[in-house]
Order: sequence, then structure tokens, then C-alpha cells
Amino acid sequence: MQVHNFEKVWLGAALLLIVGFIATISYGTVGAGIAMVDDSGGQIDPQAVQSGETGTTFDDPGVVKQNDSHYVVYVVAQQFQFVPGSGDNPIQVPANTLVTFKVTSADVMHGFAITGTNINTMVIPGQVAEVTARFDETGTYGLVCHEYCGAGHHTMGGSVEVVPQSQYNATEVTN
Amino acid sequence: MVFVDEYPKTSKLVRSEFIVAFVALGIGALFGIVQALHRTGMFRGFVSSADYYTLLTGHGVLLALVFTTFFIAGLFAWGVTNSLERELPQRIAWSAFWLMLTGTVLAAVAILGGVFGAPSVFGHDLEADVLFTFYAPMKAHPAFYVGAALIIVGSWIAGLAYFKALWAWRAENPGERIPLKTFMIVTTMLMWYISTIGVAVEVVVFLIPWSLGLISQVDPLLTRTLFWYFGHPVVYFWLMPAYLVWYTILPKLAGGRLFSDPLARIVFVLFLLLSTPVGFHHQYVDPGIPEGFKFIAMTNTMFLLLPSLLTAFTVVASVEHGARQRGGEGYFNWLRSLPWGEPAFAGCMLAGLMFAAGGFSGMINAGMNINYLIHNTLWVPGHFHLTVGTAFALTAMAISYWLVPQITGKKLQRRSVAIAQPYVWFVGMALMSNAMHRAGLAGIPRRTAEPTYDEFAFEGLVGTVAEMRLQIAIGGLLLFLGAVMFLAVMAETWLAHRGGRLSVNSDFPAPLSGPEHSPRILDNYKLWTAIALVLIVIAYGPPLASMLADGVTMPGSPPIPV
Repeated sequence: MQVHNFEKVWLGAALLLIVGFIATISYGTVGAGIAMVDDSGGQIDPQAVQSGETGTTFDDPGVVKQNDSHYVVYVVAQQFQFVPGSGDNPIQVPANTLVTFKVTSADVMHGFAITGTNINTMVIPGQVAEVTARFDETGTYGLVCHEYCGAGHHTMGGSVEVVPQSQYNATEVTN
Repeated sequence: MVFVDEYPKTSKLVRSEFIVAFVALGIGALFGIVQALHRTGMFRGFVSSADYYTLLTGHGVLLALVFTTFFIAGLFAWGVTNSLERELPQRIAWSAFWLMLTGTVLAAVAILGGVFGAPSVFGHDLEADVLFTFYAPMKAHPAFYVGAALIIVGSWIAGLAYFKALWAWRAENPGERIPLKTFMIVTTMLMWYISTIGVAVEVVVFLIPWSLGLISQVDPLLTRTLFWYFGHPVVYFWLMPAYLVWYTILPKLAGGRLFSDPLARIVFVLFLLLSTPVGFHHQYVDPGIPEGFKFIAMTNTMFLLLPSLLTAFTVVASVEHGARQRGGEGYFNWLRSLPWGEPAFAGCMLAGLMFAAGGFSGMINAGMNINYLIHNTLWVPGHFHLTVGTAFALTAMAISYWLVPQITGKKLQRRSVAIAQPYVWFVGMALMSNAMHRAGLAGIPRRTAEPTYDEFAFEGLVGTVAEMRLQIAIGGLLLFLGAVMFLAVMAETWLAHRGGRLSVNSDFPAPLSGPEHSPRILDNYKLWTAIALVLIVIAYGPPLASMLADGVTMPGSPPIPV
């Protein structure tokens, strides 16, 4: 088979590009520690989430303090709000502290993205999405449902308020 | 001899497939402009924000499923007939057409029921506001799922006609190499058979019985995974026909010949091998799927860049050869010698150029961890309007200027409109798509009627949100104009009287490096199909096994109305 010299050079460059991409992504995973959303959140019965009878914190979602340096935020996404998160019920978390979001759905698929960050996960009925992050900067961040979830999808947003650790109001913590 | 006189039966089939495709294109484009004006807030008087999603579903299904599949069926019917020099088996080809058309009508009626108050039909609300991806547990009318299934099954039967033609040709030409166009078409269909199994199982085994109430629940992660098993290869089902055009017709339009037949065959074999075991790259941020499976899909996806990068080389080399035949000289000056005033040529070239840009944004999508920044933002439709919306759609329109005269025997009418049309599309898409990409970087989501929220406001990283909206609206208007121009040229050509000699024909010059240089093993379909299946078992076996192991419909959701 005849392969032109220019073709060989091009083929080599293309392979180099591909291997380079895989290398940078591997570095992002191993070196920079960007973990993918995976199966670590476990499963949950979506019909029990709907009726509030899971026997877990999702029945009364909110922020749970694990210890001084780690908070867990339980969020239920449902047509067409985040609980907590939407309207006048923003999620409040401290800055410079590990925060794990555990998000599940009470009905259809939703999305959960916090603007200006790389926090972005699908919310799939039956699965618990788990994302751990640290907010370096205080302020109000937008919360977006980015998967179409029905006729009122465009109204499904919210906010996350990141406050300085020293001002973090302990009464927000449910237990 | 004109194609329509040489093969009147297949010409009639191609015309029928194209008419359905063009009607779908017109309606889909109309929905598109309504959406562009609605979501940018320029004009919201056509529909309510709740009904926006009905139009969005129609736009996706009519353009990405109906326009593409019918156009491809027509193009492939021409390609097989032209390269094997025989009519297609008519009974099979026509039953495929009627099955696909029945499916299209069922799905379209179910979708449009949504704008007419969703009346109850056979005990179910007639609506299907579930978008192109129809993720469970959101429920559509059963007719929508049945329609989707019929379109897929129809496309399978259409493929059977190509295979039967090939078998008959082989019996008469033992030991000869499969002609390149037929090789590409059959390879594409093999890829299509393998990949559509996913959506067929999703729809027939789960969604149809579930929507009828025969089973009470489905596992949303499992059905979503089956969808994306099909959802990425489908983009290659759109792209490979565009490649067929760029490899086999475009060099001739440029005045030259294909650079390399062997490389073209290798590219198509690579697509057969790698198109399917990559679906998890649409599920990078899905819970319930271990990171390792996502990593495997990521590496496969990156290697899938290879056939497209090779294509860029071969197509540019073939076109450059053409330009030099026409007297072009210099490193870049040969570009001036190309027939930029020929609508078929200009459209294909502009489509290829936009595909290069779409390829680069696709590399970002494929980057597993950088994908976090753009997943489900407006970046993603910005990307696929360059690929399916231009690389495929503009190539399809451009090659229609060349092919429709041959299947009707009529000269192209309104030539000046046809000459301007690809440039209108190009400018419109450049405006719309760059703004969509930048809006995505600002975090603005896709698939929403009103991308503004009570709780916060988006801020652009590059440019302002208001400026992006303006570009999207103006771009959308130009694209709609481009679609109308194309349809007007087609309608006038179709209605014109035959007369005079056509300036186009379906005779092709031999490649610079012909099939005699390509190893025979490339034509061994059994081998490549077997390897493709092994790669799929590696990528999909373990994750599907674990999703099924906890109960086929567990954790399960009942149907939920939109």
C-alpha cells in the first residue's frame, strides 16, 4: 500500500495530538485531582424520595456538619425547584472548607450546576450524585437546572451563598 | 446519460426520500427561528414558554432524525446505484420508505398534539414534549415511541436493499474490489446496525410497554445509557454521508481527483470500529457510572479524532490537486483557482471549514474533566450546529444543487440564489455558533425557553450577554433565510420543465491512488464487524451488567408527565 510522505507526517502529528490530549486529561485526574462524578453516592428509591420516606437526610434536606472542615449539603431536585437552593431558601456554606453536595431527584432528570465553578452534575432518579468542592471566594453563586425537566424548566434556578468561615451561621446546620 | 434516464426507478425513490427530507427541513427551520427569537428574548409572541419545548422537540426530531435519515436514504440509494450500476431492489427499498414515513407521521402528530392542548387519544394525552433525547421518566404519548421505532426499523430495511444490490453485484463480478461509494455506504450501514440496537432495545423493550402501562417502572439510568449507546454513533451516521460526498464528489467538483482510495477505506473502517464504544462521553457527569468506564470511553473518543484528521488531509489534498489542474499555483494562491461560484462546491467547502471549528470544540467536549465547564451549557448546541447543522446540513443542501438536477433531469433554477445560499448559511452560523459557545462558557444552559433567573444573573467572560443574544438572533434569522433560499431553489427546479443538456453528471474520474493500492483485508466486513463488537463488549459489558444486576427496572421510576 502506498502512503505519501506528507500523509505519514500528518498521521504522526495526529497521533501525537491524540496522545497529548489523553496525557493532559490523565494529568487532570491524577495530578490536579479533578475527580469525575461516579457511583460513590449510591442508589435511592426515587418514589420514596417523592413521598419523603427514604429514611435518609433527603427526607429533610439541608446542610449537615460532618466536622469543622467538612459539610455535606443534601439537595432534592424536583419539578421545578431545588430544596434547598431555590427562591428565598439559598444554600449557605462556608468558604475554604470542604463541601460535599449530595443531590437526587424526586421525579424526572434534572441538572445541578453552580455558575462560575466546575461543579456540574446530572441528577438522575434512582442515583445520588456526589460532588465535593471547596469555595475559595465568598459571594453569591447561581444554581442552574441544566437538563430539561418539564414545562416550567426555565424557572428552576437557585443560589448558593458562600460566607466567610468565621461568619458561618451554625444554626443553618440541621444536626 | 442523465441518471434519471439510466435508472428511472431508483431516481423516483431518491426524489421521494428528498421530498420528505426537505419538508422536514422547512418545518424544522421554522421552529428554529421561533426558538432563536424566543430564548434570546427578542420576540416571544409566537408561543408560550411552556410550548417552547414542543417546538424544541419538533426541531430536534424533524432535523436531526427525519431530515437526516431521509436525505441519507436518498443519497445512499443514488450512491449504491451509481457505483454498482444497477437499480436497487425496489420492493425492499420502497417498504423501507413507507415504514419510515409512517413512523415520521406518528411521531410528528404526537409532538404537534402538544400545541393543540394535548387531547386524549387512546387514553393517553397526545403530546411528546420530551425533546430529541426523550429521557425517561418523562413520558410521551406511546405513538411517539412507536414512530421513533418505525423510523429506525425502516432505516434497517433500507440498508438491506444496499446489501442485496452488493450481493448481486458480487455474483456478477467475482474477485473485484467493492466500488468506493458502495464500500462507504455499506460500512456506514454496518455501524448503524450495531449502534441502533441500543435505542431499539430502549424503546421496544422498555419505553413502549412502560408508556402503555404494561410495566410500571423503568430504570432512568439504564434507558439513558442505552440512548447514548446510540446517541454518539448517530452523529457519525450523519457525518459519514457528508464524508462520502467530500471524498467522492467534491474532488471532481474542484476539477481534480480523489487523492487516495486506500486512505478513504481506512477512515471508514476506523469509524465502524470506534463510533459506538464512546457513548459514555455524553455521560461524563452522570452519577451511578464508575470513573474507569468514563476513562475508557474518553480514550476511544480521542482515537476517533484520527479518521477525521486523516479526512482533513485527504480532502484538502484532493481539492488542491483540482486547483492545480485548473492552473492554481503557490502555497496558498491555488485557493483562488477554485470554483467558489459553484454552489455545490462552495457549500461543501464552507461546510468542511465549519466542521474543522466544530471538531475543535468537540475536542473540548471530549476532554473528560474540562467537560465540567461546558456540560449542558449553550456551548453544546453551539458545537453541534457546526457539525450536524453545517457539516451535514450544508453539505446536504450543497450536493442537492448538483444531484437534484440529475434525479429530475431538470436544470437548476434560480442559480444566483443558489450561489449566495451557502455563504448566507455560513455567516449566519458563524454569528450564532460563536455566541452560543461563549454563552456556554458563561454557564448559560441549553434547552431552556428563558435563560434568566430570579436568584442571579449571568456575566459573560468574553463579550456581554446582551451582545451574545443579538448575535444568536441575527444568526438565526440568516440561517432561516438560508433554508428558505434553498427550499425555493429546490421547489422551482422541481416544478420546471425538462429541456436542454444538464451541466452535471454522475461520471467520476479515478483516484490518484486507486483501490489496487489498498489492501484487500479492508473489504473484509466480517473481520471489522467482529472487532467492533469486541470493543463494544469491553466498553459496555461491565457497566450494563452492573445496571442490570440490581434488577432490570430498579431503581425504578413510574411515568411522569411534563
